[in-house]
Amino acid sequence: MTKTTTKPGKRIGMTGDEAVANAAAVINPDVVAAYPITPQTIIVEHFSDFVANGEVDTEYVCVESEHSAMSACVGASVTGARVFTASASQGVALMYEILFIAAASRLPIVMAVANRALSGPINIHGELTDQTVCRDTGWISMFSESAQEAYDTTFLSFKIGETPEVSLPVMFGLDGFILTHALEGVHPLDRDFVKAFLPDRVMKYPTIPGNPVSSGLLALPDYYMEVKYQQELAMTAARKVMPKVFKEFGEITGRNYKMVEEYKMDGAETAFVTMGALAGSTKYVVDKLRSEGQKVGMLKVKTFRPFPDEEIAKALKNVEAVGVIDRDLTFGSPGPALYSDLKASLYDYKDRPQVFGFVAGIGGRDVDVKEYEYVYKQVLKHKGAEKAVPIEWIGLRK
Amino acid sequence: MVSTEELKNVKIPKAKDLIREKNRLAPGHRLCPGCTAGTIARCATLVTDPENVTVFHATGCMEVATTIYPFTAWRVPWFHNAFENVAATASGAEAAYRAMVRKGKLEKMPDIIAFAGDGGTYDIGLQSLSGALERGHDFVYICYTNGAYMNTGIQRSGGTPMYAATTTSPAGSVIPGKMQWRKDLVAIAAAHKVQYVATASPAAHRDMMTKVRKALDVDGPAFILVDMPCPRGWRFPEELSVQVAQQGIDTCYFPLYEIYDGREYVLSAKSKAIANKPERKLPIEEYLKGQGRFRHLFKPQKRDDLIAQFQAAVDQEWDYLQKLCNL
Repeated sequence: MTKTTTKPGKRIGMTGDEAVANAAAVINPDVVAAYPITPQTIIVEHFSDFVANGEVDTEYVCVESEHSAMSACVGASVTGARVFTASASQGVALMYEILFIAAASRLPIVMAVANRALSGPINIHGELTDQTVCRDTGWISMFSESAQEAYDTTFLSFKIGETPEVSLPVMFGLDGFILTHALEGVHPLDRDFVKAFLPDRVMKYPTIPGNPVSSGLLALPDYYMEVKYQQELAMTAARKVMPKVFKEFGEITGRNYKMVEEYKMDGAETAFVTMGALAGSTKYVVDKLRSEGQKVGMLKVKTFRPFPDEEIAKALKNVEAVGVIDRDLTFGSPGPALYSDLKASLYDYKDRPQVFGFVAGIGGRDVDVKEYEYVYKQVLKHKGAEKAVPIEWIGLRK
Repeated sequence: MVSTEELKNVKIPKAKDLIREKNRLAPGHRLCPGCTAGTIARCATLVTDPENVTVFHATGCMEVATTIYPFTAWRVPWFHNAFENVAATASGAEAAYRAMVRKGKLEKMPDIIAFAGDGGTYDIGLQSLSGALERGHDFVYICYTNGAYMNTGIQRSGGTPMYAATTTSPAGSVIPGKMQWRKDLVAIAAAHKVQYVATASPAAHRDMMTKVRKALDVDGPAFILVDMPCPRGWRFPEELSVQVAQQGIDTCYFPLYEIYDGREYVLSAKSKAIANKPERKLPIEEYLKGQGRFRHLFKPQKRDDLIAQFQAAVDQEWDYLQKLCNL
């Protein structure tokens, strides 16, 4: 039987997946519709235990595919219900069509993504591409560095998504196996916290009996643009809402998150920029390099959508060069997801660093300390280059 | 839990009372003249309490024609998600209502209707339907079949009749339209052992409405396949829609029947009358010759061979259905 962790207490050993399932159980959503996929399975298994043991009153809909999972989430969410799901890789790809509809319908569904490389070749290990490719779906998108952060981000996601002026779905990632399956001490929260932090969802026009509202209409060229523009306004609203929610969460829990976390950036001449679990290792490397007298820091981009362009530009104002490490792929583009967005964001600023791109950890490949150090050396080497330096794949078999 | 015996005795209000009810689907929608989708939607929703029903819709003719932003023809709560997933969407809503009832946020479970066409059911939506039937969500799935993707311009589906010309199974000089028989969707639904499955027709509107009410009274999923003559796609004059539906019944191409508990087959009145007096059964040629989609079976020369094959397929299905009904 699964250990009950919907009660407050000391740090409890949990895998990232267990942490997310536990957080969802504390939140006690009305509906969870999900389909199992490695490395997300522990989330749905663990949550099923909570259902079976009566520790939540959630309607758990064990659907026959991820497409139906997201479809059922949409159907549940239009009634005003609080809805949660989790998936990964091929599952997220199968949901892709409905992700757009969830966002356009302004439904604050929350989805944990146990980030995993996409087929082919088939691979079950950690990579963020399954989530970065969702950047244009209209979902708010965040990543986590640790099981604790994944746990906390579950609460943050509901709070942000359900804020009336935002009303958008939220996905947050935790690196497959590296976070999903590794055991970590996590400070749990309880239902009293949820009561205070996360009031009941209020939906203006729910699809419920007696409320004759039509939603999901056909919008032709005369109205489609206006509907889509409202989604852009919602994302803009999210930029303002998110820091407030992070602050409120920090005041209660003592754990402070930011759209962009600055690590040892004081006096940094160069910096690493990355997302997800790579940030944890990067911090270790920054500490090591700092102890060797190197003026280097790190930016962790927690919020991928909305992309915190101003925050990044501000943080990198006095930095000469950065190495962006992407654990995601795009082909034939100017560069991988984080690199491309970051470079585009900085373009208009007079004081901006040179940006060099690196791809690492694809398909779950380990990224060891030497490789981060290599990235640092390359950044120093390329600094001052007068033409573009190609993206470099790190740890590639020769 | 409603028993099968109780279900068999479900009655709907008298016509004189129903006719005074305000339609849940308002006039002014943009369905084609003579389209029977509107007839089906109006009849189906008329046997619900407008204060206690929600409607979910797959992408299709009826969806696009009734809800062009910023207008809607629906006077009851209505939601459209996508093409292949109305069963999953309704599953999620049903689960949410169930949670709300348990938490005291909703007084009782509403009637839930999911509408989809044949493309959205026979083909792209089959998995979603199967999943929802297996899980046992309390809703009624109504597939209105016009035997092609009419919304996108008459393309072949798994519900298209053999030899029908569609834009993706055209009648050419070598191939005479669609070469396959339609899928037995009713049997597929019944194989899930849900309590109630039926076929219905706008030519038997009272029978159809009674079936919808029965399906709604089931505590769990129920499925109804409704014949939906389409003047545009089938190529017949728009004032003949109901007559064409009647021919579907009279030729036994679209017999009316119910299946209780996945095993008890019962012929409905109009088809029962034909089973009792087989001389009433019309030859399939009567059905085929009035529809432009079968024109190539008659011109430039009559294809008796193909018509005979069609007749044989209808006969075989009809005979088998009668056996299932213990007749």
